[in-house]
Amino acid sequence: MKAPAIARNRGGAGRGAWGRRVVLALPFAWLLAFFLVPFLIVATISLATPRVGIPPYVPVFDWSGGHLWPSIHADLSTFSLLFQDELYVGAYLESLKIAGISTLLCLLIGYPMALGIARAAPNRRGPLLMLVILPFWTSFLIRVYAWMGILKDEGLLNSLLQWLGVIHHPLVILNTDIAIYIGIVYSYLPFMILPLYATLERQDPALLEAAADLGARPWRAFLSVTLPLSLPGIVAGTLVVFIPAVGEYVIPDLLGGGETNMLGKALWDVFAMSRDWPTASALAVAMLAALVLPLALLSRFQSRMEPAEDGK
Amino acid sequence: MTRRPLLLPTLLALGYTFLYLPIVVLVIYSFNASRLVTVWGGISTKWYVELAHDQRFLDAGWLSLRVAVTSASAALVIGTLAAVALVRFGRFRGRALFSALVAAPLVMPEVIMGLALLLTFVALEQTFGWPAGRGFLTVVIAHTTLATAYVTVVVRSRLAQMDRSLEEAALDLGARPLKVFAVITLPLIAPALAGGWLLAFTLSIDDVVVSQFVTGPGTTTLPIAVFSSVRLGVSPEINALGTLIVAAVAVIILAATRLLARKKES
Repeated sequence: MKAPAIARNRGGAGRGAWGRRVVLALPFAWLLAFFLVPFLIVATISLATPRVGIPPYVPVFDWSGGHLWPSIHADLSTFSLLFQDELYVGAYLESLKIAGISTLLCLLIGYPMALGIARAAPNRRGPLLMLVILPFWTSFLIRVYAWMGILKDEGLLNSLLQWLGVIHHPLVILNTDIAIYIGIVYSYLPFMILPLYATLERQDPALLEAAADLGARPWRAFLSVTLPLSLPGIVAGTLVVFIPAVGEYVIPDLLGGGETNMLGKALWDVFAMSRDWPTASALAVAMLAALVLPLALLSRFQSRMEPAEDGK
Repeated sequence: MTRRPLLLPTLLALGYTFLYLPIVVLVIYSFNASRLVTVWGGISTKWYVELAHDQRFLDAGWLSLRVAVTSASAALVIGTLAAVALVRFGRFRGRALFSALVAAPLVMPEVIMGLALLLTFVALEQTFGWPAGRGFLTVVIAHTTLATAYVTVVVRSRLAQMDRSLEEAALDLGARPLKVFAVITLPLIAPALAGGWLLAFTLSIDDVVVSQFVTGPGTTTLPIAVFSSVRLGVSPEINALGTLIVAAVAVIILAATRLLARKKES
């Protein structure tokens, strides 16, 4: 009788192998079909030769020969062209630079905010956190668009500054990198604050008291107690902002104008304007290559931070 | 901390100003009679009237609503099953892969997801003849994939924190696992399910990048319509639309908070 009792306790939704298999099968199959396999397809098509037609590439695996094995038309020329093209190399480096600086700015603005919320009275933390998350629920596109009206030459910011007499000629902000930084920091700030808050809120206040008792000034206590203990939150927040920011498309398109060239925009242009699917795929593979390390790091951190589960 | 009690609150206030300033500006200027951003032409609701007569946005909005409801519901089912598997099934073969697959869409750049899904749909159509062309169905599949990860995160943390004793009692009394899940577990995680569904709905109705890749001719979702109109410049009609979205979100959040507060009291 002992064994079934244990099985029951762990069963939950599906006692026995069958129930479990059914529960697991649907999400697993879905994610394999529409998340993992698509990446393999992208990787394959990045090796295909472009052509004019439908689809606009020569299939890499060709079964038309009637053999058991397909004939393979793999072609590395797309990648070699990519590496030789200054436009794409520039876009690659520019994307990493813009994402990196934006992430740093997010951290610098988000950290004091997360700390402020974590140090607020307990009954205020919930509402304060809610205020951080709330903008996320309203349209991202429309919030980015709102910045266009604020930042453009005859926009609100310039009118205000001119009215105050701070400047006499409008500052050109829209369609520059500065506007992209503002847009990314603005859009991704909540994703930085949430993991930071999660680690800061868990810290034992007694640690700071102990530091103070030992004569540490507030800044010193912050640097040697609070900051190091919040490192997991810093790493998680940094990755969660950096990874999607590298491929950002809407923000550089709306706020950066035609001049700036980020990878996400280059990818869309190649895909939609030139209809060159192999090059678009190669760009996606190149972007993923830069993100593999951050992604692996993030998944390690997430598995360490996740609540106690049976799998542990 | 006692020596600089004002530093953190000040920074916090500045941060909130940064987060809310664009929204406030948007709402105010949606009532501006003048078409120009800088010129205040008096209070007017004419942009709302224009919006209500703009068939392009009405059609796109109705389509987006249908896509969002369908994909959020599908994502709720798939995401909840994934969360149950991760929290309750212990170690199983493929857990590491499964766990990575569940989490990766959360941060994956949208251009990559969009391109990958489109190429998959094209390959599927060539091989199996399904899905025929791109449109409603492909957008729904793409949004479901995107949103499943978010549903899983929300439901998973609720499941992990949940008190298991009620479930165990029911099982010990001989109830079948499926019945226990339906009668005890589901009601207990209901707030997380509602939150997850809403999150998935929001993601879908807001998505522009993935939709642009996987949509076909004639299937213009609201964000795609807004995006193509916004690229041409600032337009007061979009201000009105944005204000309506903000208002709808505010009403839903307020209602949800009220509901939760009342639940806590009882």
